[in-house]
Amino acid sequence: MGAIKLEHVKKSFGGVTVIPDISLDIEDGEFVVFVGPSGCGKSTLLRLIAGLEDVSGGKILIDGEDVSKAAPAQRKLSMVFQSYALYPHMNVRGNIAFPLKMEGASKETIDKAVANAAAILNLTDYLDRKPRQLSGGQRQRVAIGRAIVRQPKAFLFDEPLSNLDAALRVAMRLEISELHNKLKTTMIYVTHDQVEAMTMADKIVVLNAGRIEQVGTPLDLYTKPANTFVAGFIGSPKMNFIEGAEAQKHGAATIGVRPEHLTVAESGGVWTGVVGVSEHLGSDTFLHVKVDGVGTLTVRASGDVPFRHGETVSLSPAEGRLYKFDAQGQAV
Amino acid sequence: MARQISFRRKLGFTFLAWAIGLIIFFPILWTVLTSFKPEGQAIAIPPRFFDFDWTLENYETVQSRSNYFRHFSNSVISAVGSTLLGLLIAVPAAWAMAFSPTKRTKDVLMWMLSTKMLPAVGVLVPIYLIFRDLRLLDSHIGLIFVLTMINLPIIVWMLFTYFKEIPVDILEAARMDGANLRQEVIYVLTPMAIPGIASTLLLNVILAWNEAFWTLNLTTTNAAPLTTFIASYSSPEGLFWAKLSAASTLAIAPILIMGWFSQKQLVRGLTFGAVK
Repeated sequence: MGAIKLEHVKKSFGGVTVIPDISLDIEDGEFVVFVGPSGCGKSTLLRLIAGLEDVSGGKILIDGEDVSKAAPAQRKLSMVFQSYALYPHMNVRGNIAFPLKMEGASKETIDKAVANAAAILNLTDYLDRKPRQLSGGQRQRVAIGRAIVRQPKAFLFDEPLSNLDAALRVAMRLEISELHNKLKTTMIYVTHDQVEAMTMADKIVVLNAGRIEQVGTPLDLYTKPANTFVAGFIGSPKMNFIEGAEAQKHGAATIGVRPEHLTVAESGGVWTGVVGVSEHLGSDTFLHVKVDGVGTLTVRASGDVPFRHGETVSLSPAEGRLYKFDAQGQAV
Repeated sequence: MARQISFRRKLGFTFLAWAIGLIIFFPILWTVLTSFKPEGQAIAIPPRFFDFDWTLENYETVQSRSNYFRHFSNSVISAVGSTLLGLLIAVPAAWAMAFSPTKRTKDVLMWMLSTKMLPAVGVLVPIYLIFRDLRLLDSHIGLIFVLTMINLPIIVWMLFTYFKEIPVDILEAARMDGANLRQEVIYVLTPMAIPGIASTLLLNVILAWNEAFWTLNLTTTNAAPLTTFIASYSSPEGLFWAKLSAASTLAIAPILIMGWFSQKQLVRGLTFGAVK
């Protein structure tokens, strides 16, 4: 079991309030991703759950039990750090066995658990190596191995893939998702990368300035963003926002349209503008179109779109894909 | 491309390096040579380098007049004892200051260091009186205690610098993995800090071994280490240079040998943090 509940959790460092007041329910077995820009408090929130920081107010409940004052070890959670945080003086076997050794488990139990974790993570051939003799991906797997041996109530991941190169990041993302499918243990994953959040999460928590902006499934956040912050943060390239007279025509202070929901044609569209930069990705082309009175709109078009820099094009939003926001940025 | 250094430049630098090395080493060489001279030749003018009557009689006299091995063991006891006691106090202190600093941590560190700036003689009288009343004069415990106190700031500072280099993430990982404070220090922090602890230990053994001010003032016979042993050869009847040299050679030999074998650790310890 690993249901985690935050009740009015607050955190300040000296006079600086990092988390004013957060309440959140995480169900057993869920894969929850905390996402937000850097400095939004997502890592602090994770460290509060881990017990590495003390809450300044409110309660943290794990399976109904108040652990707000409990030491990290008593919370029975495992954590994977961005820096891997492997013990450099121990070999892979020693690293993975460490949590069980601290529990005082017998040698047979430890050997079995280490062999099992190593098999799951393809580390069997590396058990006698020191962390410095491993590649980044292997180190991250050791860190995960160390987290899974003690069968925690939940796994906490603090930006675990940020130190890996792009290709490895995609591979490890899949491995972690597979691991979740296999273990069915609650996972809380912190990242600033919305692609990781969208691809891995059952539930995404979008944080900004220590506050929860929205909680929902990836698709919920994409299709029904609660405000301009979430709308702008989820989706790549980022949603186009239009203010002023153009927005007022739709009865809103701001309207938003995603680049993939704009169709581009030679003429006959709603907005007419001039192509600035066009970025060719092979499968897609991103056109940055300058529209008078509206601003620059990004369009996601197919890879073989014929428009080039300086040409005049016409854009129209897809039916029912226009988002409206009020003056406070809340969805209407 | 590496910079080309001309042969003459190389020769010049080599000569200079040897010259400086010899100047620094000369007093030790001279002491060792003098210790093998008969008393008369030790003060001969012009000085004699190698053309004297080599003899071991100074060493025999020194050993028969005062018990070298007792002073040697006193030195070992006070130097090793004070270093170990110092580490026992300094490891938790440096741990707290490195990993759980408060607003005042810097001030505490500076205050500790400032005690080293005080002339020791300034507190000699009160400490002497306290030692007398507590019957600690000329005792191992007293000497270990005072040597620990004078070297503690250096031990704490050195360990603090080493501990600062250890990523906090790793200690937090240990905490998450179920280690309590004791286990965290024993299984994770200490093994990672072993090189630092080793050089701290070495340097402090040397400092305690060479400490003369407090050992001369607080000990006479029972706990007197080698520094007192050397000093006893400067007597009112005059200086016996050859015997004094023999005593000095005997006193510095152990630490010189130890320093020679551990110079790599020592250099690393002394320059730690300066170069990354």
